[in-house]
Amino acid sequence: MSQKIMAYRRKNGRVGVRNHVVILPLDDISNAACESVANNIKGTMALPHAYGRLQFGEDLDLHFRTMIGTGANPNVAAVVVIGIEPEWTNIVVEGIAATGKPVTGLSIEQRGDIATVAAASRVAKDYVHWATELQREECDISELWISTKCGESDTTTGLSSCPTVGNMYDKLLPEGIYGCFGETSEITGAEHLCEARAANPEAAAKFMTIWKSYQDDVIEAHKTSDLSDSQPTKGNILGGLTTIEEKALGNLEKIGRSSTYIDALGPAEEPKKGKGLYFMDTSSAAAECVTLMGAAGYVIHTFPTGQGNVVGNPIVPVIKISGNPRTVRTMSEHIDVDVSGILRRDMTINQAGDALIDMIARTANGRNTAAETLGHREFVMTKLYRSA
Amino acid sequence: MSIPQLLVHDHEDNVGVVVVENLTAGTNMTCVVTHDDSDFELTCSNDVPIGHKVALRDMAVGDTVVKYGEDIGKVVAPITKGEHVHMHNLKTKRW
Repeated sequence: MSQKIMAYRRKNGRVGVRNHVVILPLDDISNAACESVANNIKGTMALPHAYGRLQFGEDLDLHFRTMIGTGANPNVAAVVVIGIEPEWTNIVVEGIAATGKPVTGLSIEQRGDIATVAAASRVAKDYVHWATELQREECDISELWISTKCGESDTTTGLSSCPTVGNMYDKLLPEGIYGCFGETSEITGAEHLCEARAANPEAAAKFMTIWKSYQDDVIEAHKTSDLSDSQPTKGNILGGLTTIEEKALGNLEKIGRSSTYIDALGPAEEPKKGKGLYFMDTSSAAAECVTLMGAAGYVIHTFPTGQGNVVGNPIVPVIKISGNPRTVRTMSEHIDVDVSGILRRDMTINQAGDALIDMIARTANGRNTAAETLGHREFVMTKLYRSA
Repeated sequence: MSIPQLLVHDHEDNVGVVVVENLTAGTNMTCVVTHDDSDFELTCSNDVPIGHKVALRDMAVGDTVVKYGEDIGKVVAPITKGEHVHMHNLKTKRW
Protein backbone atom coordinates (compact mmCIF):
# COMPACT_ATOMS: atom_id res chain seq x y z
CA MET A 1 0.00 0.00 0.00
CA SER A 2 2.60 2.53 1.19
CA GLN A 3 0.25 5.50 1.05
CA LYS A 4 1.92 8.91 1.35
CA ILE A 5 0.84 11.70 3.69
CA MET A 6 2.07 15.27 4.19
CA ALA A 7 3.12 15.70 7.81
CA TYR A 8 5.70 17.25 10.14
CA ARG A 9 8.92 15.32 10.69
CA ARG A 10 10.36 16.20 14.10
CA LYS A 11 14.00 16.30 15.15
CA ASN A 12 13.75 12.89 16.83
CA GLY A 13 12.45 11.34 13.58
CA ARG A 14 8.83 10.99 14.70
CA VAL A 15 6.01 12.15 12.44
CA GLY A 16 3.38 14.63 13.67
CA VAL A 17 0.14 15.66 11.97
CA ARG A 18 -0.45 18.93 13.85
CA ASN A 19 1.89 21.77 14.68
CA HIS A 20 0.75 23.13 18.04
CA VAL A 21 2.64 25.63 20.20
CA VAL A 22 1.54 24.56 23.66
CA ILE A 23 1.50 26.56 26.90
CA LEU A 24 1.66 23.77 29.47
CA PRO A 25 0.86 24.29 33.15
CA LEU A 26 2.86 22.07 35.49
CA ASP A 27 0.09 22.37 38.07
CA ASP A 28 -3.48 23.57 38.61
CA ILE A 29 -2.49 26.95 40.04
CA SER A 30 -0.48 27.81 36.92
CA ASN A 31 -3.51 27.42 34.64
CA ALA A 32 -4.41 31.13 34.86
CA ALA A 33 -0.97 32.29 33.72
CA CYS A 34 -0.96 29.78 30.85
CA GLU A 35 -4.41 30.87 29.70
CA SER A 36 -3.27 34.51 29.78
CA VAL A 37 -0.30 33.68 27.55
CA ALA A 38 -2.54 31.78 25.13
CA ASN A 39 -4.85 34.77 25.05
CA ASN A 40 -1.97 37.17 24.34
CA ILE A 41 -0.26 35.12 21.65
CA LYS A 42 -2.48 33.88 18.83
CA GLY A 43 -1.56 30.46 17.51
CA THR A 44 -0.76 29.03 20.94
CA MET A 45 -2.89 26.77 23.08
CA ALA A 46 -3.00 26.42 26.88
CA LEU A 47 -3.71 22.96 28.34
CA PRO A 48 -5.32 23.66 31.71
CA HIS A 49 -5.79 20.66 34.01
CA ALA A 50 -6.68 19.90 37.61
CA TYR A 51 -3.54 18.48 39.25
CA GLY A 52 0.19 18.67 39.87
CA ARG A 53 0.45 19.60 43.55
CA LEU A 54 1.37 17.36 46.50
CA GLN A 55 1.40 14.20 44.45
CA PHE A 56 3.92 11.49 45.28
CA GLY A 57 5.15 8.03 44.30
CA GLU A 58 3.61 6.31 41.27
CA ASP A 59 0.93 8.98 41.03
CA LEU A 60 3.57 11.72 40.71
CA ASP A 61 5.50 9.62 38.17
CA LEU A 62 2.34 9.35 36.09
CA HIS A 63 1.80 13.11 36.35
CA PHE A 64 5.30 13.83 35.05
CA ARG A 65 4.99 11.14 32.37
CA THR A 66 1.73 12.69 31.14
CA MET A 67 3.13 16.25 31.17
CA ILE A 68 6.39 15.33 29.47
CA GLY A 69 4.73 12.95 27.00
CA THR A 70 2.16 15.55 25.98
CA GLY A 71 4.86 18.14 25.33
CA ALA A 72 7.02 15.55 23.55
CA ASN A 73 4.16 14.39 21.27
CA PRO A 74 5.10 14.96 17.59
CA ASN A 75 1.88 16.95 17.07
CA VAL A 76 3.49 19.65 19.25
CA ALA A 77 6.11 21.94 17.68
CA ALA A 78 7.25 23.87 20.76
CA VAL A 79 6.30 24.24 24.43
CA VAL A 80 6.33 26.87 27.16
CA VAL A 81 5.98 25.24 30.59
CA ILE A 82 4.77 27.35 33.51
CA GLY A 83 4.81 26.02 37.09
CA ILE A 84 4.50 27.53 40.53
CA GLU A 85 8.12 26.67 41.43
CA PRO A 86 11.21 25.95 39.33
CA GLU A 87 12.24 22.44 40.42
CA TRP A 88 9.31 20.37 39.15
CA THR A 89 8.92 22.79 36.22
CA ASN A 90 12.47 21.91 35.15
CA ILE A 91 11.80 18.17 35.32
CA VAL A 92 9.08 18.64 32.69
CA VAL A 93 11.21 21.02 30.60
CA GLU A 94 14.15 18.60 30.54
CA GLY A 95 11.92 15.67 29.66
CA ILE A 96 10.46 17.51 26.67
CA ALA A 97 13.86 18.91 25.62
CA ALA A 98 15.11 15.34 25.05
CA THR A 99 13.05 15.30 21.83
CA GLY A 100 15.12 18.22 20.49
CA LYS A 101 12.13 20.55 20.21
CA PRO A 102 12.17 24.12 21.57
CA VAL A 103 10.96 24.30 25.18
CA THR A 104 11.24 26.95 27.88
CA GLY A 105 10.18 26.81 31.53
CA LEU A 106 9.11 29.69 33.76
CA SER A 107 8.06 29.67 37.39
CA ILE A 108 5.73 32.03 39.18
CA GLU A 109 7.05 32.22 42.78
CA GLN A 110 8.90 35.48 43.55
CA ARG A 111 7.85 36.86 40.18
CA GLY A 112 4.03 36.78 40.14
CA ASP A 113 1.58 36.00 37.38
CA ILE A 114 1.94 39.30 35.48
CA ALA A 115 5.71 39.27 35.00
CA THR A 116 5.64 35.53 34.28
CA VAL A 117 2.95 35.98 31.64
CA ALA A 118 4.92 38.83 30.03
CA ALA A 119 8.14 36.79 29.83
CA ALA A 120 6.33 33.64 28.67
CA SER A 121 4.40 35.60 26.04
CA ARG A 122 7.63 36.85 24.45
CA VAL A 123 9.00 33.31 24.24
CA ALA A 124 5.68 31.98 22.93
CA LYS A 125 5.58 34.68 20.23
CA ASP A 126 9.02 33.63 18.96
CA TYR A 127 7.92 29.97 18.98
CA VAL A 128 4.83 30.77 16.90
CA HIS A 129 6.91 32.61 14.30
CA TRP A 130 9.30 29.65 14.14
CA ALA A 131 6.61 26.93 14.10
CA THR A 132 4.48 28.60 11.45
CA GLU A 133 7.42 28.45 9.03
CA LEU A 134 7.82 24.67 9.44
CA GLN A 135 6.64 22.86 6.32
CA ARG A 136 4.77 19.60 5.95
CA GLU A 137 6.79 17.03 4.05
CA GLU A 138 6.05 13.70 2.44
CA CYS A 139 5.94 10.86 4.95
CA ASP A 140 4.55 7.34 4.81
CA ILE A 141 1.24 6.47 6.45
CA SER A 142 3.10 3.57 8.08
CA GLU A 143 5.00 6.12 10.20
CA LEU A 144 1.85 7.11 12.08
CA TRP A 145 1.08 6.07 15.64
CA ILE A 146 -2.69 5.46 15.75
CA SER A 147 -4.58 4.73 18.98
CA THR A 148 -8.18 3.67 19.60
CA LYS A 149 -10.85 3.73 22.27
CA CYS A 150 -14.61 3.60 21.84
CA GLY A 151 -17.21 5.58 23.77
CA GLU A 152 -20.94 5.71 24.42
CA SER A 153 -20.93 2.28 22.86
CA ASP A 154 -24.04 0.38 21.98
CA THR A 155 -24.71 -2.83 20.12
CA THR A 156 -24.03 -1.09 16.78
CA THR A 157 -20.41 -0.38 17.74
CA GLY A 158 -19.70 -4.12 18.02
CA LEU A 159 -21.42 -4.70 14.67
CA SER A 160 -19.93 -1.82 12.68
CA SER A 161 -17.64 0.96 13.99
CA CYS A 162 -15.39 -1.22 16.21
CA PRO A 163 -14.77 -3.85 13.48
CA THR A 164 -14.07 -0.92 11.13
CA VAL A 165 -11.18 0.12 13.37
CA GLY A 166 -10.15 -3.55 13.59
CA ASN A 167 -10.08 -3.79 9.81
CA MET A 168 -7.91 -0.64 9.66
CA TYR A 169 -5.47 -2.21 12.17
CA ASP A 170 -5.40 -5.50 10.26
CA LYS A 171 -4.37 -3.49 7.16
CA LEU A 172 -2.03 -0.82 8.63
CA LEU A 173 -0.23 -2.76 11.39
CA PRO A 174 1.48 -4.99 8.79
CA GLU A 175 2.54 -1.74 7.05
CA GLY A 176 4.44 -0.72 10.19
CA ILE A 177 2.25 1.63 12.23
CA TYR A 178 2.15 1.66 16.03
CA GLY A 179 -1.33 0.85 17.40
CA CYS A 180 -2.78 1.10 20.90
CA PHE A 181 -5.94 -0.05 22.66
CA GLY A 182 -6.74 0.05 26.39
CA GLU A 183 -9.78 0.41 28.69
CA THR A 184 -8.78 -2.08 31.39
CA SER A 185 -12.16 -2.30 33.15
CA GLU A 186 -14.01 -2.67 29.88
CA ILE A 187 -12.12 -5.80 28.83
CA THR A 188 -13.93 -7.59 31.67
CA GLY A 189 -15.95 -10.43 30.21
CA ALA A 190 -13.54 -10.83 27.29
CA GLU A 191 -10.27 -10.91 29.25
CA HIS A 192 -9.66 -14.52 28.19
CA LEU A 193 -9.97 -13.48 24.52
CA CYS A 194 -7.72 -10.46 25.08
CA GLU A 195 -5.14 -12.64 26.84
CA ALA A 196 -5.18 -14.96 23.82
CA ARG A 197 -4.46 -12.07 21.44
CA ALA A 198 -1.02 -11.40 22.94
CA ALA A 199 1.88 -11.95 20.54
CA ASN A 200 3.97 -13.59 23.27
CA PRO A 201 3.51 -15.11 26.76
CA GLU A 202 5.17 -12.10 28.46
CA ALA A 203 2.66 -9.66 26.97
CA ALA A 204 -0.23 -11.99 27.91
CA ALA A 205 1.02 -12.29 31.50
CA LYS A 206 1.54 -8.54 31.78
CA PHE A 207 -1.99 -7.87 30.48
CA MET A 208 -3.53 -10.36 32.93
CA THR A 209 -1.58 -8.86 35.86
CA ILE A 210 -2.84 -5.37 34.96
CA TRP A 211 -6.43 -6.57 34.48
CA LYS A 212 -6.45 -8.63 37.71
CA SER A 213 -4.92 -5.82 39.70
CA TYR A 214 -7.68 -3.45 38.58
CA GLN A 215 -10.30 -6.02 39.60
CA ASP A 216 -8.76 -6.48 43.05
CA ASP A 217 -7.42 -3.04 43.92
CA VAL A 218 -10.18 -0.87 42.49
CA ILE A 219 -13.38 -2.77 41.72
CA GLU A 220 -13.37 -5.19 44.68
CA ALA A 221 -12.11 -2.50 47.05
CA HIS A 222 -14.69 0.13 46.11
CA LYS A 223 -17.67 -1.69 44.66
CA THR A 224 -21.19 -1.25 45.93
CA SER A 225 -23.58 -3.99 44.81
CA ASP A 226 -21.97 -4.46 41.40
CA LEU A 227 -20.55 -2.36 38.59
CA SER A 228 -23.92 -1.99 36.90
CA ASP A 229 -24.07 1.71 37.55
CA SER A 230 -20.83 2.41 35.68
CA GLN A 231 -20.20 -0.50 33.33
CA PRO A 232 -22.24 -0.56 31.17
CA THR A 233 -22.95 3.18 31.42
CA LYS A 234 -26.47 4.60 31.38
CA GLY A 235 -25.85 5.60 27.76
CA ASN A 236 -24.73 2.08 26.87
CA ILE A 237 -27.91 0.66 28.41
CA LEU A 238 -30.13 3.10 26.51
CA GLY A 239 -28.34 1.91 23.38
CA GLY A 240 -29.20 -1.71 24.10
CA LEU A 241 -26.06 -3.06 25.80
CA THR A 242 -27.04 -5.10 28.86
CA THR A 243 -23.91 -6.61 30.43
CA ILE A 244 -20.20 -5.85 30.73
CA GLU A 245 -19.44 -9.12 28.92
CA GLU A 246 -21.46 -7.95 25.91
CA LYS A 247 -19.79 -4.54 25.99
CA ALA A 248 -16.30 -6.06 26.24
CA LEU A 249 -16.85 -8.37 23.26
CA GLY A 250 -17.89 -5.40 21.13
CA ASN A 251 -14.98 -3.34 22.44
CA LEU A 252 -12.43 -5.99 21.49
CA GLU A 253 -13.64 -5.93 17.88
CA LYS A 254 -11.38 -2.84 17.58
CA ILE A 255 -8.23 -4.97 17.37
CA GLY A 256 -9.44 -6.81 14.31
CA ARG A 257 -9.00 -10.41 13.31
CA SER A 258 -5.28 -10.95 12.79
CA SER A 259 -3.60 -8.31 14.98
CA THR A 260 -1.76 -9.31 18.16
CA TYR A 261 -0.32 -6.99 20.83
CA ILE A 262 3.38 -7.15 21.57
CA ASP A 263 3.42 -5.49 25.00
CA ALA A 264 1.15 -4.25 27.78
CA LEU A 265 2.01 -0.68 28.80
CA GLY A 266 1.44 1.30 31.97
CA PRO A 267 -0.66 4.47 31.63
CA ALA A 268 1.03 7.07 29.33
CA GLU A 269 4.04 4.76 28.92
CA GLU A 270 5.83 5.15 25.61
CA PRO A 271 5.91 1.92 23.56
CA LYS A 272 9.50 0.73 23.28
CA LYS A 273 9.30 -2.63 21.50
CA GLY A 274 9.07 -1.33 17.96
CA LYS A 275 6.22 -1.17 15.49
CA GLY A 276 3.06 -3.10 16.27
CA LEU A 277 0.01 -3.11 18.52
CA TYR A 278 0.15 -2.34 22.26
CA PHE A 279 -2.32 -2.69 25.11
CA MET A 280 -2.29 0.22 27.58
CA ASP A 281 -3.65 0.21 31.13
CA THR A 282 -6.20 3.05 31.00
CA SER A 283 -9.53 4.10 32.35
CA SER A 284 -12.47 3.52 30.03
CA ALA A 285 -13.44 7.19 30.46
CA ALA A 286 -12.87 8.78 27.07
CA ALA A 287 -10.96 11.97 27.93
CA GLU A 288 -8.63 10.24 30.42
CA CYS A 289 -7.86 7.44 27.98
CA VAL A 290 -7.18 9.66 24.95
CA THR A 291 -4.99 11.96 27.09
CA LEU A 292 -2.87 8.97 28.23
CA MET A 293 -2.45 7.63 24.71
CA GLY A 294 -1.50 11.09 23.43
CA ALA A 295 1.08 11.32 26.21
CA ALA A 296 2.53 7.98 25.08
CA GLY A 297 3.17 9.51 21.65
CA TYR A 298 0.14 8.55 19.56
CA VAL A 299 -0.71 11.24 16.98
CA ILE A 300 -4.14 10.19 15.66
CA HIS A 301 -6.98 8.63 17.65
CA THR A 302 -9.78 6.56 16.10
CA PHE A 303 -12.96 6.66 18.17
CA PRO A 304 -15.98 4.44 17.42
CA THR A 305 -19.21 5.64 19.01
CA GLY A 306 -22.74 4.30 19.03
CA GLN A 307 -24.91 6.65 21.06
CA GLY A 308 -22.69 9.67 20.33
CA ASN A 309 -19.70 10.49 22.54
CA VAL A 310 -18.44 13.99 21.63
CA VAL A 311 -14.90 13.82 23.13
CA GLY A 312 -11.86 15.51 21.60
CA ASN A 313 -8.29 16.18 22.63
CA PRO A 314 -6.26 19.39 22.39
CA ILE A 315 -3.23 17.91 20.60
CA VAL A 316 -4.46 14.65 19.05
CA PRO A 317 -7.13 14.68 16.33
CA VAL A 318 -9.92 12.30 17.35
CA ILE A 319 -11.67 10.70 14.36
CA LYS A 320 -15.26 9.66 15.20
CA ILE A 321 -16.75 6.62 13.50
CA SER A 322 -20.38 5.63 13.91
CA GLY A 323 -22.59 2.96 12.42
CA ASN A 324 -25.74 3.90 14.33
CA PRO A 325 -28.05 5.47 11.72
CA ARG A 326 -29.95 7.45 14.37
CA THR A 327 -26.74 8.95 15.82
CA VAL A 328 -25.36 9.72 12.36
CA ARG A 329 -28.59 11.62 11.68
CA THR A 330 -29.13 13.38 15.02
CA MET A 331 -25.45 14.16 15.77
CA SER A 332 -24.01 14.48 12.27
CA GLU A 333 -21.71 17.36 13.24
CA HIS A 334 -19.73 14.97 15.49
CA ILE A 335 -19.20 12.08 13.06
CA ASP A 336 -16.23 11.95 10.67
CA VAL A 337 -16.83 8.51 9.19
CA ASP A 338 -20.38 7.20 8.69
CA VAL A 339 -20.39 3.38 8.53
CA SER A 340 -24.14 2.89 9.02
CA GLY A 341 -24.21 1.18 5.62
CA ILE A 342 -22.81 -1.89 7.39
CA LEU A 343 -26.11 -2.32 9.25
CA ARG A 344 -28.08 -1.96 6.01
CA ARG A 345 -25.71 -4.52 4.43
CA ASP A 346 -24.79 -2.10 1.65
CA MET A 347 -21.26 -1.54 3.01
CA THR A 348 -18.80 -4.27 3.98
CA ILE A 349 -16.39 -4.10 6.94
CA ASN A 350 -13.60 -4.14 4.35
CA GLN A 351 -15.03 -1.05 2.61
CA ALA A 352 -15.55 0.65 5.97
CA GLY A 353 -11.92 -0.03 6.92
CA ASP A 354 -10.79 1.56 3.66
CA ALA A 355 -13.01 4.60 4.33
CA LEU A 356 -11.39 4.97 7.76
CA ILE A 357 -7.87 4.69 6.32
CA ASP A 358 -8.81 7.39 3.81
CA MET A 359 -10.03 9.63 6.64
CA ILE A 360 -6.83 8.94 8.63
CA ALA A 361 -4.76 10.06 5.61
CA ARG A 362 -6.90 13.18 5.12
CA THR A 363 -6.69 14.00 8.84
CA ALA A 364 -2.91 13.48 8.77
CA ASN A 365 -2.73 15.85 5.78
CA GLY A 366 -4.47 18.55 7.79
CA ARG A 367 -8.24 18.05 7.62
CA ASN A 368 -9.67 19.14 10.96
CA THR A 369 -11.80 16.49 12.66
CA ALA A 370 -15.34 17.14 13.85
CA ALA A 371 -14.04 17.35 17.44
CA GLU A 372 -11.37 19.89 16.46
CA THR A 373 -13.81 22.11 14.59
CA LEU A 374 -16.26 21.98 17.50
CA GLY A 375 -13.54 22.98 19.97
CA HIS A 376 -13.38 19.74 21.97
CA ARG A 377 -10.09 19.94 23.89
CA GLU A 378 -10.64 17.58 26.80
CA PHE A 379 -7.29 17.19 28.56
CA VAL A 380 -7.80 15.06 31.66
CA MET A 381 -5.10 13.69 33.94
CA THR A 382 -5.45 10.19 35.37
CA LYS A 383 -5.06 10.23 39.17
CA LEU A 384 -3.99 6.99 40.88
CA TYR A 385 -4.76 8.06 44.47
CA ARG A 386 -5.40 11.09 46.68
CA SER A 387 -2.70 13.74 46.94
CA ALA A 388 -0.78 14.22 50.19
CA MET B 1 -32.42 -8.80 -0.29
CA SER B 2 -34.32 -6.10 1.58
CA ILE B 3 -32.64 -4.11 4.37
CA PRO B 4 -32.53 -6.39 7.43
CA GLN B 5 -34.24 -5.41 10.67
CA LEU B 6 -32.16 -7.75 12.84
CA LEU B 7 -28.46 -8.68 12.70
CA VAL B 8 -26.99 -11.73 14.42
CA HIS B 9 -23.21 -12.10 14.82
CA ASP B 10 -22.82 -15.90 14.83
CA HIS B 11 -24.87 -19.05 14.33
CA GLU B 12 -24.36 -20.07 17.98
CA ASP B 13 -25.99 -16.82 19.17
CA ASN B 14 -29.44 -16.92 20.79
CA VAL B 15 -30.03 -13.15 20.47
CA GLY B 16 -29.88 -10.64 17.62
CA VAL B 17 -29.73 -6.83 17.43
CA VAL B 18 -32.43 -4.57 16.01
CA VAL B 19 -30.74 -2.26 13.47
CA VAL B 20 -33.69 -0.15 12.32
CA GLU B 21 -35.66 2.56 14.09
CA ASN B 22 -39.35 2.35 15.08
CA LEU B 23 -39.65 -1.44 14.96
CA THR B 24 -43.13 -2.37 16.15
CA ALA B 25 -44.49 -5.53 17.77
CA GLY B 26 -45.64 -8.12 15.27
CA THR B 27 -43.16 -7.17 12.55
CA ASN B 28 -41.94 -10.14 10.59
CA MET B 29 -38.22 -9.29 10.56
CA THR B 30 -35.62 -10.16 7.96
CA CYS B 31 -32.66 -11.37 10.03
CA VAL B 32 -29.07 -11.72 8.75
CA VAL B 33 -26.21 -13.64 10.35
CA THR B 34 -23.21 -11.38 9.67
CA HIS B 35 -20.74 -14.27 9.92
CA ASP B 36 -21.85 -15.71 6.53
CA ASP B 37 -24.67 -13.39 5.37
CA SER B 38 -27.26 -16.16 5.68
CA ASP B 39 -30.79 -14.99 6.47
CA PHE B 40 -33.99 -16.11 8.19
CA GLU B 41 -37.25 -14.61 9.39
CA LEU B 42 -38.51 -13.95 12.91
CA THR B 43 -41.54 -12.11 14.32
CA CYS B 44 -40.79 -9.74 17.19
CA SER B 45 -43.28 -9.65 20.05
CA ASN B 46 -42.54 -6.14 21.39
CA ASP B 47 -41.78 -2.63 20.15
CA VAL B 48 -37.97 -2.79 20.33
CA PRO B 49 -35.71 0.29 20.01
CA ILE B 50 -32.78 0.32 17.59
CA GLY B 51 -29.73 -1.37 19.11
CA HIS B 52 -31.72 -3.53 21.52
CA LYS B 53 -31.75 -7.32 21.48
CA VAL B 54 -34.41 -9.86 20.50
CA ALA B 55 -34.40 -13.54 21.54
CA LEU B 56 -34.02 -16.08 18.72
CA ARG B 57 -35.45 -18.90 20.87
CA ASP B 58 -37.16 -19.58 24.19
CA MET B 59 -34.85 -19.40 27.21
CA ALA B 60 -35.31 -20.42 30.84
CA VAL B 61 -34.00 -18.76 34.01
CA GLY B 62 -30.33 -19.67 34.44
CA ASP B 63 -29.70 -20.22 30.72
CA THR B 64 -26.70 -18.52 29.15
CA VAL B 65 -27.27 -15.77 26.60
CA VAL B 66 -24.85 -16.09 23.70
CA LYS B 67 -23.73 -13.27 21.37
CA TYR B 68 -20.54 -13.14 19.25
CA GLY B 69 -20.58 -16.90 19.94
CA GLU B 70 -19.66 -16.01 23.55
CA ASP B 71 -21.31 -15.95 26.98
CA ILE B 72 -22.73 -12.46 27.70
CA GLY B 73 -24.65 -13.29 30.90
CA LYS B 74 -27.50 -15.30 32.44
CA VAL B 75 -31.26 -15.27 31.97
CA VAL B 76 -33.02 -13.92 35.11
CA ALA B 77 -36.65 -14.03 33.88
CA PRO B 78 -38.15 -16.46 31.34
CA ILE B 79 -37.74 -15.33 27.72
CA THR B 80 -39.81 -16.38 24.72
CA LYS B 81 -38.67 -16.39 21.11
CA GLY B 82 -39.10 -12.93 19.54
CA GLU B 83 -39.08 -11.11 22.90
CA HIS B 84 -37.04 -8.01 23.84
CA VAL B 85 -33.92 -9.03 25.85
CA HIS B 86 -32.42 -6.40 28.18
CA MET B 87 -31.96 -5.45 31.85
CA HIS B 88 -35.30 -7.02 32.88
CA ASN B 89 -34.36 -10.57 31.85
CA LEU B 90 -30.55 -10.68 31.37
CA LYS B 91 -27.80 -10.07 33.94
CA THR B 92 -24.00 -10.24 34.00
CA LYS B 93 -22.36 -13.30 35.54
CA ARG B 94 -19.62 -11.02 36.93
CA TRP B 95 -20.10 -9.15 40.20
